[in-house]
Amino acid sequence: MTNSEATTVQDERGFWKDTGKTGITSWIFSTDHKRIGFLYFYTVFSFFLVAVILGILMRIELMAPGRTIMGPQTYNALFTVHGVIMIFLFILPGFQGVFGNLLMPIQIGARDVAFPRLNLLSWWIYITGAATIITSLFTGSGPPDTGWTFYVPFSARTGTNVTLAVFGVFLIGMSAILTGLNFVTTIHRLRAEGMTWGRIPLFVWSVYATAWVQVLATPILGITLLLIIAERVLGAGLFDPGRGGDPLMYQHLFWIYSHPAVYIMILPAMGVISEIIPVFSRKPIFGYGMIAMSSLAIAAAGSLVWGHHMFTSGMSDLAVLVFSFLTFVVAIPSAIKVFNWVSTLYKGSISLEAPMLFALGFILLFSIGGLTGLILGSAATDIHVHDTQFVVGHFHYVIFGGSGFAFFGAMHYWFPKFFGRRYREKLALAAWILLFIGFNVMYFSMMVLGVEGMPRRYYDYLPEFHALNLTSTFGSWILFAGMVIMLVNLFHGLLRGEPVERNPWGGATLEWSIPTPPPTDNFVEEPVVTHGPYDFKGSGIP
Amino acid sequence: MNQQLLTTTQAVDPVFIWIFGISAFLLLGITAVTVWFLIRYRRSRSPEPTSQVSGSVWLEILWVALPTFLVLGMFYYGWAGYLALRNVPKGALQVTATARMWSWSFTYANGKTSSKLYVPVGRPVEVNIVSEDVLHGFYIPAFRIKRDAVPGMKNHAWFVASNAGSYDLFCSSYCGVGHSAMITTVEAVPEAAFIAWLTEQNPAGAKRGQEVLKSQGCLGCHTLDGTKAVGPTFKGIWGHEVTVVTNGTERTITVDEPYVRRSLEQPNADIVKGYPAVMPAFKLSPDEVAAIIIALKGTAE
Repeated sequence: MTNSEATTVQDERGFWKDTGKTGITSWIFSTDHKRIGFLYFYTVFSFFLVAVILGILMRIELMAPGRTIMGPQTYNALFTVHGVIMIFLFILPGFQGVFGNLLMPIQIGARDVAFPRLNLLSWWIYITGAATIITSLFTGSGPPDTGWTFYVPFSARTGTNVTLAVFGVFLIGMSAILTGLNFVTTIHRLRAEGMTWGRIPLFVWSVYATAWVQVLATPILGITLLLIIAERVLGAGLFDPGRGGDPLMYQHLFWIYSHPAVYIMILPAMGVISEIIPVFSRKPIFGYGMIAMSSLAIAAAGSLVWGHHMFTSGMSDLAVLVFSFLTFVVAIPSAIKVFNWVSTLYKGSISLEAPMLFALGFILLFSIGGLTGLILGSAATDIHVHDTQFVVGHFHYVIFGGSGFAFFGAMHYWFPKFFGRRYREKLALAAWILLFIGFNVMYFSMMVLGVEGMPRRYYDYLPEFHALNLTSTFGSWILFAGMVIMLVNLFHGLLRGEPVERNPWGGATLEWSIPTPPPTDNFVEEPVVTHGPYDFKGSGIP
Repeated sequence: MNQQLLTTTQAVDPVFIWIFGISAFLLLGITAVTVWFLIRYRRSRSPEPTSQVSGSVWLEILWVALPTFLVLGMFYYGWAGYLALRNVPKGALQVTATARMWSWSFTYANGKTSSKLYVPVGRPVEVNIVSEDVLHGFYIPAFRIKRDAVPGMKNHAWFVASNAGSYDLFCSSYCGVGHSAMITTVEAVPEAAFIAWLTEQNPAGAKRGQEVLKSQGCLGCHTLDGTKAVGPTFKGIWGHEVTVVTNGTERTITVDEPYVRRSLEQPNADIVKGYPAVMPAFKLSPDEVAAIIIALKGTAE
């Protein structure tokens, strides 16, 4: 890289520089959706890395039966904290907070979200909730040991610091509701001239469907969590059979939110994939309408399937019948998406650069996650694998192999746009290969263990489960190596990468039409949209 | 049994094979098509896209209809298998499984209790599942059955062991520090041996005390051989002075009968220094407590 090129990048640093304000306050009190997006990114990603380390420690403990590096109480706290951080501090706020903020306003041709200050408040509530959860780990009588599901009566009895942790999660739920409201309003009210509903990028469609789930489902989580606090602090007895309460009611309330929450995690990921695949195939997405509608269908039907977490709970057989049926219904829109993505490749001109690799990884891993979900939706087979390692493998295929790979893909796809530089393609490929292999070795072993009957949340296990647990631990190391290479590569690209122009991949959505990095107001002139998001010919892209 | 009895395993396994089979077929199909497209339309071979088609109504109808058809089949098959798990055959042997932190105890119709689930080969067994404290899960992988033990609720499951042998029985629902140690076995024995075992009296004296320690799950956390576990070992504890923490202050006491009784009723009143306050309270019959005390005295020698 020559000096003159470097200067060009430095001069045109867009929103990083053009307000003339520097220092920490220009970030933590900024109402610019891009700065807020980066605030979310650095916070959620730091939590992600912490939880990865916890996961690696858990795998080391499970390398061999009996005690390896920690005692059972520590192990139970680890899987609880790993789950709470990954779900509530990383992946739930992650997609909407990071990529929803960074891209949704630009993709619809807006200067910012509808309520910029509310947007900043959402981040502040999030960070307060996160701080509360972190505090709960180091104060009182130790970190919570209930699992991320906080099931009663155990969560009402355990002496660990559950009340504070639950309150932190409650705050994070508040933040999600505000983000959801903000995004729904933005997409309805602030679309640029010519940005009709049929021209909205599919990522925005998925942000829209997700925002509705956030607004409609999160209040139930808030109420449920407050009820746990009432149970612990006031001795309310709502879930205590000794005083006429019902532990199953808690499970219903918890999953009424927490199953739709899975769709908060996966829908924006599907949106990212729907952006990447057409760009790297140079072809319009196949079945735009069906993909957009299937996001809404998943959001709607996914809100009615929570009971499939409770087939063994003692819930009535009629409820098992209904929830099993509805669960299979959700499989249909998911399958539609996969078929449409694969068809987009047909007769395209396919380039296998890093974002595309992650997108293809997503399709395969998400398909495995979805198909193993059928085993869990079917009443007879769920009974055997419920609460086993099979479930752990299954949801990591969906949330890590699906949402996680899409998150990495989104990082690689939009990295040049926001930093104005590129990472090294060969290192990205090496990282992807390790991530993909490590992932499958680690989690496929878990699914086999589950079919063989090893329950989940087991600190210790019988000797017959040793070989596969050891294999899974080896997989976790390969996965970790891939992650380290990926981060080193991105960080190196951030500092030393080759400068790029505004549209390195040849995308047709609006973010690629504005300068790199985007200026604070996004658009120099009000954009007028004349073509669809994947109309590469119509937008004059070579 | 007059007719051939379908075991729970036979009811569930075909559903597994059916769903895994279709899933593997779909996954291989999707992967093969994707890989073929990636090779055939790679940019070096296909520098420009040769089509700008953006949808097909017929294909969309096809791939709405195809998964709908497949998943409805899976749903029905899964439901039929589930019904087989729920409908207990007539004349099943009745056993109550009591779950507590962190042990199982099985009670038979004649009042006999055991820490292992003894069953006769070939006779269906209905297990009534209850919990004394938090959620637990009654899980026997070999028979593909699982049902949660929920406080205040009575759940049931059934199975039949076709072959004699020992099968693992796990707690599947997370229940605290001893969760992964809350395991025992199903012992399937011939009918005659089962009847002999069932009618055998529970032993007396120190032997009886050891039986109680085992069946109540005490030995899940306290050992008899001097090893440190979740709780202090019982070996040589009788008559010994130990430092305990009472309401936050340390004091020294001697392990005697009043202390053992108090430890069973209010386990967390005096906590032996260095151990977590995690033991649940036990409500035992007077003769069970007496038997435990005899057994603890025995370990001192």
